[in-house]
Amino acid sequence: MRSVALLQRLLHLVPVLFGVTVIVFLMMSLTPGDPAEIMLANQNATPEQVASLRHDMGLDRSLPTRFVTFVGHAVQGEFGLSLFHRRPVAAVIAERLPATIELSAAALLFALFMAIPLGVVAAVHRGGILDRLATVGSLFGVSLPGFWFGILLLLAFAVNLRLLPVSGAIDFAHQPPGLTGFLVIDSVLAGRMDSLGNALAHLLLPAITLGLPMAAILMRVTRASMLEVLRQDYITFAEAKGLGRTRILALHALKNALLPTVTVAAIETGSLLGGNMVVETVFGWPGLGRLVVESIFVRNYPLVQAAVLLYAVTYVLVNFVADMLYTVLNPRVRM
Amino acid sequence: MTEPLLSIADLRVAFATRQGLVRAVDGVSLDVREGECLGIVGESGSGKSVTFAGVMGLIRPPGRIEGGSIRFEGRELVGLDPQAYRRLRGRDIAMTLQDAQTSLNPALTVGTQILEVLLAHGDDLPSGRARLRAARQRAVDMMTLVGIPAAARRLGDYPHQFSGGMRQRMMIAIALSCRPKLLIADEPTTALDVTIQAQVLELIASIRATLGMSVVLITHDLGVVAEYCDRVAVLYAGQIVESGPTAQVISDPRHPYTAGLLRSVPVLSHLDRPIHPIEGQVPDLIDLPPGCRFLPRCPMARTACHNPVPFHAFAEGRAARCVLAEAPR
Amino acid sequence: MAELLPGRLARLAALTVLAFVLMAAFAPWVAPHDPGATDLFRRLQPPGWMEEGDWAFPLGCDALGRDILSRIIYGARVSIFIGVVVVLIATMIGVAAGLAAGYLRGWVDRVISGLVDILLGFPYLIFAVGLMAMMGPGVLNMVLALAYKEWVVPCRVVRGETLAARETEYVEAARAIGASSATIMAHEVLPNILSPVIVVATVRIAQVIILEASLSFLGLGVQPPAASWGSMVADGRGYILDAWWVSTFPGFAILLLVLSINVASQAVRDALDPRFHD
Repeated sequence: MRSVALLQRLLHLVPVLFGVTVIVFLMMSLTPGDPAEIMLANQNATPEQVASLRHDMGLDRSLPTRFVTFVGHAVQGEFGLSLFHRRPVAAVIAERLPATIELSAAALLFALFMAIPLGVVAAVHRGGILDRLATVGSLFGVSLPGFWFGILLLLAFAVNLRLLPVSGAIDFAHQPPGLTGFLVIDSVLAGRMDSLGNALAHLLLPAITLGLPMAAILMRVTRASMLEVLRQDYITFAEAKGLGRTRILALHALKNALLPTVTVAAIETGSLLGGNMVVETVFGWPGLGRLVVESIFVRNYPLVQAAVLLYAVTYVLVNFVADMLYTVLNPRVRM
Repeated sequence: MTEPLLSIADLRVAFATRQGLVRAVDGVSLDVREGECLGIVGESGSGKSVTFAGVMGLIRPPGRIEGGSIRFEGRELVGLDPQAYRRLRGRDIAMTLQDAQTSLNPALTVGTQILEVLLAHGDDLPSGRARLRAARQRAVDMMTLVGIPAAARRLGDYPHQFSGGMRQRMMIAIALSCRPKLLIADEPTTALDVTIQAQVLELIASIRATLGMSVVLITHDLGVVAEYCDRVAVLYAGQIVESGPTAQVISDPRHPYTAGLLRSVPVLSHLDRPIHPIEGQVPDLIDLPPGCRFLPRCPMARTACHNPVPFHAFAEGRAARCVLAEAPR
Repeated sequence: MAELLPGRLARLAALTVLAFVLMAAFAPWVAPHDPGATDLFRRLQPPGWMEEGDWAFPLGCDALGRDILSRIIYGARVSIFIGVVVVLIATMIGVAAGLAAGYLRGWVDRVISGLVDILLGFPYLIFAVGLMAMMGPGVLNMVLALAYKEWVVPCRVVRGETLAARETEYVEAARAIGASSATIMAHEVLPNILSPVIVVATVRIAQVIILEASLSFLGLGVQPPAASWGSMVADGRGYILDAWWVSTFPGFAILLLVLSINVASQAVRDALDPRFHD
């Protein structure tokens, strides 16, 4: 029964991923401006040279043919040449990906560590000062434009107080040997405490900026589901059993209340992935998000296309994994 | 005569709402003697569940105990510090709730849910490694006692893997796992179908005999009380209107509400009686007039009923809150 | 309206939203200066209360010497216009699609729900950025880029509500007396799903305003010299060390408007949601 449900969900992934690919392909194929001309711009290329490149890039073929080629290549991680870097798109993206993953993971951790305890406390002390503060805080959290809040944080902590670095992911002097590309992991692997500290200091403000809206939403979801759960008979029964308050809240209540939080956290990864572009731009973070924005301005469409597809596929998969996690957490769905 | 196991005197519980103070329990006094089964009867909103939530120390804001006393084994429970109350709950006084479907935590195995009570209260369990093993053994014993087959193999199951009747048994096993002196069974049968109802009541009765504990059976069903309870107290609008030995109360009710209840339900021992529902509705518990609370619905109302009516004894072991209590009908 | 927004805070928020709307509507009369007028002598001039400030330019000037207050006032037009128009278009499309999917079921539902699932596969901002990259910047393109995905939100709400409403007695009664599908949807189902749709729409306006500002901040939205809050923040980024006011005030305007909308709509939701009346 369980594996059937799993298989159904896996099968559901196929049309969604296919649809996403179609949209990404159309998005970029209908782009005004000819990639071949862009690539050969400033080189005084003759029309023949342009035509020959167009042929090499397959631009002279029909849309359906190009789509089949695109999908065929995409499946192999082949996205053509980055027009700007003159290197394979996949290689350029792979280089920038660890920084983005590191930032997103840090933001996710920040959001969860803020949201869950605050949501629980707010629900338990419903109507109290903490509850009101948390509610006001979460309204601010969803209303703050991230790009502006990031600038304010920079101004306060990096420029005025000089506590934290202004930009980038690490200072040159602390650069750990690159093994995985993840600075935090590389620092630990190399046993470089200075690198770790430096990397974390760079990570702090961007992660907070990126994670704050998510934290605000998750806090509200956790609070609401906690309130709902605390009303349930099984909480009264747990109290009647003479269990300690901590056990009742942390085990009996939270294990049920976290189910909606997991689902919403997965949905909100979308805002995390999109927020990457903004936050990386503000903090000069050497990740994929900034690369995408820069690529748009130099009309480096193959890279934008690949990145948008990567983001969408990631998002779909994150939601799939969250679905699975939900099943693990909720024994009623299991069996 | 020895002191009763549980003694509630003039208990008052009120809930603050936007509309005003709801006096859900207004001067309830009753005793539960060692080894007896006391039935508590009343419609929903009569205060029967709130009274015993008070005994369990589970009245939460906006509710508050306004006054009165609850003594268990001679010890005052009103104002008892939360830690001491916690040790009492589940060990000396246990409670089962109406609906086992919603009272067992869906996210935890039944094993966790029974073991945690034993481990929280099991001062007599050995320490160290043997502790968990001993607790497991007791859990399995209790589950077997309540009639859950292959108990040891079911510890890892989740509540949804149990049938309705088995869930009810599981809840009873959890409540009884520390062998409490008093079991408060809140509407143990309402959520069940008729055949399982009888099984569950028989189970509670037989375990009461085995373990020698006292039972408070909260119900709206006088038929259940007639079958299983030694004594009965009838609640109406936050007050006890009549109490006494079950057989006497049922054959000779002295409060018109009790009489009305009896006419409104079939009682196994008096199946020949025709059924008449009580006219009217339970009064709003905010700003009640001082007189008898049943007055607006009472077929025998008279002027004296507009004054406060005391709850008074009129015969050995029997009391009622009615000006006509002395007159048998 | 007073009962819908209990509390002083909610009323204050509603008044703030109203003030922003009026400000945007009457921008030419309210703004002290031409938002596009440059004056290099006033380059990065500080706000009025600071030294070297001039109260004629209360919030100071940007790198081209343009009055920041006037640009914020005109920027409100862009933000509110895009927020309202996108949500309006999205709501109309979403309600129609949601009604059709939820009421007609069958292949109509499968097609619409499939499209919704695919669009939900994109992180919002990524989708909008991808489209803007393709279509190029500009107000109209931004409205399209956001509306292409935004309609999914009301559509899902309406589909769910319609599925529930479909089973209720008044719809069955209408069906029993032989009313057509379109009639039933328009007269029986639609009025009953209106309140959740309105609640969702107000919250979404706030979110769309943030998305618009983000796109403009990235340089993909409204193009210079037109004033948009997002692009104003971006313009000021380079001068943050010397002239903090250039970025700070437009960003604060976004926060104030979005926060006010959120507070007001939260109050509406609390008032409409019976669960909050214990």
